[in-house]
Amino acid sequence: MKDLLDLVAEAEKAIDETDSLAGLDAIRVDYLGKKGKFTAILKQVGSLDPAERPKAGAEINKVKQSVAAKINDQREKLEEDLLQAQLASETVDVSLPGRGVGRGHLHPVTSTIQRIESFFSARGFSTAEGPEIEDDYHNFEALNIPEHHPARAMHDTFYVDYGRQKEKHAQTGTTLNYLLRTHTSPVQIRAMEKQTPPLAVICPGRVYRCDSDLTHTPMFHQVEGLYVAEKANFAELKGLLTEFLQYFFEKSLDVRFRPSYFPFTEPSAEVDVQCVHCNGSGCRVCKQTGWLEVLGCGMVNPKVFEYCKVDTDRFTGFAFGLGVERFAMLRYGVNDLRLFFENDFKFLQQF
Amino acid sequence: MRFSEQWLREWVNPNVATEALVSTLTMAGLEVDSVEPAAASFDQVVVGKVLATKPHPNAKKLTLCEVSIGNDGPLQIVCGAKNVRSDLLVAVALEGAVLPNGLTIKAAEIRGEPSSGMLCAESELGMSEDASDGIMELSADAPVGSSFRDYMMLDDQVIDVDLTPNRGDCCSILGIAREVGTLTKTDLLSHDAREIPPSNQLTVDVQIQAPDACPRYVSRVISDVDTSKASPVWMQERLRRSGIRSIDLVVDITNYVMLELGQPMHAFDLDCVDQFIKVRFAEEAETLTLLDGSEIKLSADSLVIADDRAPLALAGIMGGERSGVTAGKTQSILLESCYFDPIMIAGKARRYGLQTDSSFRFERGVDFELQKRAIERATALVLEFGGGQAGPVQDIQQAATVPTLPVISLRSAKVSSVLGFDIDAVTIKDILERLGFQVNEVSQGWEVEASSYRFDVRNEVDLIEELGRVFGYDNIPMSTSISSSQESLVSIESTEPVSMARINANLIANGFYEVINYSFVEPSLEQALNPAGQPVMLSNPLSADLSAMRTSIWSGLIKTAQHNVNRQQTRLRIFESGLVFVRPPSSNNDQESEVGLDQTARLAGLMAGAVQPEAWCNEARMVDFFDVKGVVESLLSMEEKSGVIRFESAEHPALHPGQSAQIVLDTGDDACSSVGWVGALHPILEKKLGFSGKVGGKIYLFDLSLNTVRYGKLPGFKALSKFPEVSRDLAFIVDSDLPSSRLIQEIERLGGEWLVDNTIFDLFSGESIGQGKKSIGVRLTLQEPDRTLKDQEVNQWLNDIVDGLKASFNVILRE
Repeated sequence: MKDLLDLVAEAEKAIDETDSLAGLDAIRVDYLGKKGKFTAILKQVGSLDPAERPKAGAEINKVKQSVAAKINDQREKLEEDLLQAQLASETVDVSLPGRGVGRGHLHPVTSTIQRIESFFSARGFSTAEGPEIEDDYHNFEALNIPEHHPARAMHDTFYVDYGRQKEKHAQTGTTLNYLLRTHTSPVQIRAMEKQTPPLAVICPGRVYRCDSDLTHTPMFHQVEGLYVAEKANFAELKGLLTEFLQYFFEKSLDVRFRPSYFPFTEPSAEVDVQCVHCNGSGCRVCKQTGWLEVLGCGMVNPKVFEYCKVDTDRFTGFAFGLGVERFAMLRYGVNDLRLFFENDFKFLQQF
Repeated sequence: MRFSEQWLREWVNPNVATEALVSTLTMAGLEVDSVEPAAASFDQVVVGKVLATKPHPNAKKLTLCEVSIGNDGPLQIVCGAKNVRSDLLVAVALEGAVLPNGLTIKAAEIRGEPSSGMLCAESELGMSEDASDGIMELSADAPVGSSFRDYMMLDDQVIDVDLTPNRGDCCSILGIAREVGTLTKTDLLSHDAREIPPSNQLTVDVQIQAPDACPRYVSRVISDVDTSKASPVWMQERLRRSGIRSIDLVVDITNYVMLELGQPMHAFDLDCVDQFIKVRFAEEAETLTLLDGSEIKLSADSLVIADDRAPLALAGIMGGERSGVTAGKTQSILLESCYFDPIMIAGKARRYGLQTDSSFRFERGVDFELQKRAIERATALVLEFGGGQAGPVQDIQQAATVPTLPVISLRSAKVSSVLGFDIDAVTIKDILERLGFQVNEVSQGWEVEASSYRFDVRNEVDLIEELGRVFGYDNIPMSTSISSSQESLVSIESTEPVSMARINANLIANGFYEVINYSFVEPSLEQALNPAGQPVMLSNPLSADLSAMRTSIWSGLIKTAQHNVNRQQTRLRIFESGLVFVRPPSSNNDQESEVGLDQTARLAGLMAGAVQPEAWCNEARMVDFFDVKGVVESLLSMEEKSGVIRFESAEHPALHPGQSAQIVLDTGDDACSSVGWVGALHPILEKKLGFSGKVGGKIYLFDLSLNTVRYGKLPGFKALSKFPEVSRDLAFIVDSDLPSSRLIQEIERLGGEWLVDNTIFDLFSGESIGQGKKSIGVRLTLQEPDRTLKDQEVNQWLNDIVDGLKASFNVILRE
């Protein structure tokens, strides 16, 4: 059996020395294959004394198995090496930036309008739109702001005259002048002209005032809201707007309603919210008052309903209006109104 | 309305501190803008009397003053003011005084002379903004040695209330006091309201030619007034705290009565009134020189107070120079106290560029029963401080035009339905009575008569507002029933459009920034981009470069691009949506042409620079036409369209003729409509607008009808085929000017139902295929809904298509 031991030693040496899977396979064939060296020795067992055959056969098989196990071990080792090499060659720096077209940005005024819309649409309000070049019937008169009303003087109005023959309003007989709408309130009128109550709309959009300084731009955005139903009332208006402000600013802020005056609502109120910046303790943003004036609102004046032919015995309504830029400034902490219309990429890309 | 708290408390004195008082006013709708001390803090300032003066030996501009401050011996004080003189009563800052500007007074030597204190100017005591050129002159009866603060009653607050236009009644101490009384349930303190009996019978003939505009004209002559006297210091101080400068005794008194009672008044120099007073409308182009020296040309709808010769005053707004009171010269005055119809005054002051305390009140309305009381009060003050003889009060009223008080029905059910809350009947009656209204209980409510000073209360909802306001908006509970409302609310929009949020999200994902530009733009830019457009012009623009209403959004985008390119930005992707303003053809009766204009919503964008942001892995290629077109296609594919979208080569004045397309929606039956444009900015404009060389590559623009992007049709479901698709590639050589879309349209026509998809996978031109030719590679995908297609059928189908194309376009099939 000396030959057998030599053969095992020889095979083990060959296995240790090989560094490729192909070489290893050749060794397997060479020693363990049908025509391999161990098979050849096994064949010699037949020539032995029958009494010795089982013992010799078992011996050889045992050696064969150990060589086969050794080959397997070596294969696993070689395969692992190969895998590691492949992985190494394919490794990239995952910290490098990814591919892309670059992120675009929504204007903060638009995001603010969307946030406002999402609150009201969940409460059954739909979005209505109206023209920006308006007539003074819709912008003023039907909102109970007659020609010499001091409230008209508060709206610095841009007028346009584009050669259109001035019409008289069918209902009032007054001559119509054309202007850039000074608020989104005329959309209230147009909504009521188009549709009979019940009615719940919000009207976001551009408005224009002939005023330009640190805190005024000649164009800005408002959102108007109108709710007309058989049981609209001031208590509901308070509830809705309080809930809205707390939703918008994501804080359980105190809200207060102060009596005020708008020709198209009565009773009218201005709505203050506890300063979002200092939570009411007084700071630069709220001018040390702890309050921020953010909304105007009130019950629709019956005179407005009369213009729109809404049955004042059956229906009541409320309306509210807010300046979008103010909300955007408070939410994002923007301190200069004019930035909104410079459209500087360095500004826009912050939103 | 700015006023002194001390003054208010002389009229009503509720037991609350300033802070609570102010909060009560704000929460009742009289918004307090600010509360400021009447004077900044200082002490150690006393009333002194200059006993003697002599020039400073070493300094020309300085004076040595011997000043008495009462008990102690006189002080020597060096003073630099020109108006210092013997017997003058002055404010003396003593040693140790700290003035509002931080100055600490110490005994010092000034140019070799000792000086123990300082004579103060108003600005040094924080009582005036502007540094006037002299020291403060106190009246001759000021108590020498007493505290200056006490003497001037400076421990006071100035409250500034921002009044809403409906509260004309609160433009006075009396009005605010009434409001405070109502809100705090405090009685008003009584005031001297005696009538001054006439001591002579002097009157001026008053003729009212405009009875509608001037329902009440009350006047009184006071003769032999010493107009050279100054008004008392307390009066000047109160005027100052209300923001009114002291002028002279008579003017100060009329202003004082206006602040106290709310009645604007005017005083004429009687000797300058020729014969009579006539209240009339101006004659067109008549002129009037006002008290401030300016001359205005009157229009015929302006009410004036005139005499025999000419207008004396612009009624309710401002007096004229000719008849104004001149201190020291005027001897007899005519006091005027009127009620003008607010509509006759409203808007006039603004038109003449004047905004006076008087017009502010008349525009908002004045208590129509106040005129006589005001003239009596003014008379008493004139007689007290200027002496003289008062004539009888002449009160001319037009019975037909003096306002009357309506009786208003107030239904308790309406109160509840508007406020959403029941206020009990006892409280309602109490609130109305506290407001000074007459209340009668009737079945299911009340009949209410407001008071003459609450002329703004005319109807039921006015009363409900008053109830809500006095009861307190804070005391009305909140209801949140809308959030859980089951009421079905009809939407205004009947179809479901693509939301703006989705459109915005699409563009943002493509790297676009949203921008918002003014809707009014520079006319020359508008003209350059759209020479044929005639923009609507503003009649009163802020400036010439903001005077044209945009006819497209491109002008704003170009402006934004310029702004950012000038700030070293080289990659631009921006978009904006909004209305543009276009004059329609005269025949257009489009629904959108409200007020006679097409105000249509557009969505426009601009792209330039590298196709991807610069990065180690990104392509450095510049944006080209097909990048922009890709964006447009993606926008137009957000909703299934009711027709076919085509990009047709067309010329646009702002676009590169070789790289511009009109976008057309073809709904069949020859009904095509233009829905937008896409293309490169014309090279000439690119240069003219200053972009040359600043961004690599061209500047691309698109402009789309927003409604086309947003609205489409409901997509119809098509059953899916279970059978396999087959693809075949074909390459054709065609004339290079054949638009590929025409080839594709023909393939689609020839391909019929089997053709489910097609793609141009290759485009090639070069010498190998000949001059003026190009090769187009098209992959056709076909599928039969009900069975598997056989090779033979497919080949026959392909042959038919190739034959058809050969016939139409003379194509050569590349084998």
